Amino acid sequence: MIWIMEILILTILLICALAAIHVKDLLSSAILLGAYSFLMCILWAEMGAVDVAFTEAAVGAGISTAFFIGAIYQTTRRTKD
Amino acid sequence: MIRLYNDLIIQTVCRIMIPLIQLFAFYVIAHGHYSPGGGFQGGCILGASFILMLIAYDINWIKRRFSENKNVILIALGVFIYALVGLLCILLGKEYLNYSAFQKLIPIDIARVRALGTLIIEIGVGITVMAVMVSIFLNLTTFGKHEKGEV
Repeated sequence: MIWIMEILILTILLICALAAIHVKDLLSSAILLGAYSFLMCILWAEMGAVDVAFTEAAVGAGISTAFFIGAIYQTTRRTKD
Repeated sequence: MIRLYNDLIIQTVCRIMIPLIQLFAFYVIAHGHYSPGGGFQGGCILGASFILMLIAYDINWIKRRFSENKNVILIALGVFIYALVGLLCILLGKEYLNYSAFQKLIPIDIARVRALGTLIIEIGVGITVMAVMVSIFLNLTTFGKHEKGEV
């Protein structure tokens, strides 16, 4: 039954990655990238690489989302392109 | 984010959450050598707790206790601990970062000596990573102007 969970997580991961590129609001893009990072963390923990998953959860989902929001705070929220 | 934004709910939740996050970070650093985690991850979580404090409160309120000068001293202190332990191993007659050299100072089992050396190294790494994360966030949110007191 574990492969059903794997395919489910990979599908949501792909949706999050594509949405983070295509969305016009930069703040939503940063949050979607955090969600992508957290799903990647679940996938790595499920594959047995617990240390990599821990690093992804601490750096990817935690710190880098805060850095992105701090950077968006200094610029406009909507993209021009 | 930079100026004081008085919100009772956010400040109360942060006051409860920040000590728990810091306790978990110290747990991750201290148990890094025989469970997932280590200096880098624990330092990131410890830095995240200070970033949460910066988001919830005023930046000038934080800087009275956690100024940029102290931050730079902490960055250098972590690297200094790392290098000092390595050089101490050379002075005791083994290779750089070969912790079994500490057996001459502390006469206990060799595996325990290695675990102790790894713990000291990870404390140094954790201090440096925490201070670097807080420094990056401060400079990112204020255009690097916070040292002149312009925010």
